[in-house]
Amino acid sequence: MSKKIIEVINLKRDFVVGDETVHALRDVSFSINEGEFVTIMGSSGSGKSTLLNQLGCLDTPSGGDYLLDGISVKKMNKDERAMLRNRKIGFVFQSYNLLPKTTAVENVELPLVYNSTVNSKLRRQKAIAALTAVGLADRLQHKSNQMSGGQQQRVAIARALVNEPVILLADEATGNLDTRTSFEILSLFQELNQKQGRTIIFVTHNPELATFSSRNIVLRDGLVIQDTINPHIASASEMLKKLPKLND
Amino acid sequence: MINRYVNIGNLFKIALRALNNNKFRGFLTMLGIIIGVASVITMLAIGQGSKRSIQTQISSMGSNMLFVEPGQGMMGGVRQDASSMQTLKPADYQALLTQNEYLSDISPMVSASGQVIYGTNNSPTSMSGVNPNYLNISKYTIADGDMFTDKDIKSSAKVCVIGKTVQTNLFTNGEDPVGKIIRFKSIPMRIIGVLTAKGNNSMGQDQDDVILAPYTTVQKRISAITYFNRIFASARTESVSDSAKTEIEAILRKSHKLADTDDNDFRVRSQQELISMMTSTSDMMTVLLAAIAAISLLVGGIGIMNIMYVSVTERTREIGLRMSIGARGVDILLQFLIEAVLISVTGGIIGVLLGIGTSLLVNTLAGWPIYIQIYTVLLSFIVCSVTGIFFGWYPARKAASLDPIDAIRYE
Repeated sequence: MSKKIIEVINLKRDFVVGDETVHALRDVSFSINEGEFVTIMGSSGSGKSTLLNQLGCLDTPSGGDYLLDGISVKKMNKDERAMLRNRKIGFVFQSYNLLPKTTAVENVELPLVYNSTVNSKLRRQKAIAALTAVGLADRLQHKSNQMSGGQQQRVAIARALVNEPVILLADEATGNLDTRTSFEILSLFQELNQKQGRTIIFVTHNPELATFSSRNIVLRDGLVIQDTINPHIASASEMLKKLPKLND
Repeated sequence: MINRYVNIGNLFKIALRALNNNKFRGFLTMLGIIIGVASVITMLAIGQGSKRSIQTQISSMGSNMLFVEPGQGMMGGVRQDASSMQTLKPADYQALLTQNEYLSDISPMVSASGQVIYGTNNSPTSMSGVNPNYLNISKYTIADGDMFTDKDIKSSAKVCVIGKTVQTNLFTNGEDPVGKIIRFKSIPMRIIGVLTAKGNNSMGQDQDDVILAPYTTVQKRISAITYFNRIFASARTESVSDSAKTEIEAILRKSHKLADTDDNDFRVRSQQELISMMTSTSDMMTVLLAAIAAISLLVGGIGIMNIMYVSVTERTREIGLRMSIGARGVDILLQFLIEAVLISVTGGIIGVLLGIGTSLLVNTLAGWPIYIQIYTVLLSFIVCSVTGIFFGWYPARKAASLDPIDAIRYE
């Protein structure tokens, strides 16, 4: 059996809004092993954003516990969680969140800037390697505003990979992209998962995406209502080939 | 695994890049600081320059110099003008000579004014009857010939030393005045020396329009008086000037047999007093100008604070991103603080250069004396950095206290 990267044990998260307490996560338990590609789904209000914040160590649980790579997050303070994110997690956001007027390679270097054990030379090497892995070796010095949405998201993925995280956390990572580019990005995720064994969690409200992952967790009202293994993983690159050619 | 180490070098690069991305805005923000610092430097340079020029002018009259003049007094129930009082006697001079501790030179002075005549030339001037020590007290030197001696004083010799202006007025065809006989109030006197030119004093008086003669000569042969108009002295050093003044007062009170309740019938003035009197106006002006300049620096600081707040709000998502990929609060705080300090210090450097440039320009164009002190430059610099830290702190704190979850999704 492969290593448990994520272990969520009876996780609860309550928010106090005025006099009321909102139970965003009521009692969630699951674990994710190394090498899995998990989609987490749910409509808005299902608690998936709250769960993502928990998994991304941006927040601490109200009850239960969350272990990332064997480390309990519950008692950690802000700075400790920042350090943990820096070393263990790679984030990919819906709106890329690249720094404006900044080259691709500098954007990718960013997580390592906050890691004092990596010097500037090694930082540059790792950034170039990460950009090469996402197929942007020829775009190193392009500024973020000189690139298409798909390219920007690739840079963001390279940025998420550069610190060699134990988990890639994607938040609606294809939400801003057209169909073709979405499949390109999805096939990149699949490639990272299948060829490099990266563990990926993909949070989305789009049910179609479940067919490309190895496992699908569905949330509703702060509870896991479905957790299924996908035996027939569709290939995003195959889908891409079936799309009609664009005359551009 | 928690590493408290903050990589300042990296944060510095981040701050530099942010400024580079917004050059024009950065420059506009700096402008407040630039104008503030430049005006502080210029104002202080002008203020200090005028103060120093007054000081050097006064010191040219002898910075340790003190003099005693008769005070106002009553004569038969009529209040008299101080200059007509006859309270300074040879006995006072003798008392000062024998009893002082803090004085290095003492000279009485008897003044007379009138027309001086040589050949067909004549000119109005004043004659000061002094002793040879007067040269030291008043910082005169002999350019040509000799000073009269104590022997000349004993014999009330009809000899004199003339200033440059007197020479120019009387010896129009360039002959050597030494050895020539001039007449002052119909008394013939032989010139034995010429004083080195000193120029005008701070009150605009020509210090070279003077004839020095033995005081006994002026007393007996010209004015026919036995008192002195003034007694000049110099303190041993500038620092004992105040003690010397007190000493003179004590000696003269004793010599004048004044009771404890009596007011002084004389006045002791020191050059130090004169300096502080003359410079008090320029000191006040300096403080005023510096205050105005400091206000503009404050306004510049508020400008920085304003722009930093805007910048933090604009870059909320960037802050959220940085936090989610591992930046701690302190990293964000320092990033924005460094940015604010960079703006203020760069503005400070430009301001210092501009201030020095403006001062030099004022000096060249308007001919005003300037004096740029290193400490004002350093001070402006420190004030700039402090302004940056002070006004950058709150925006930076705001940035550092953002919640990454909210910040990353901020629209």
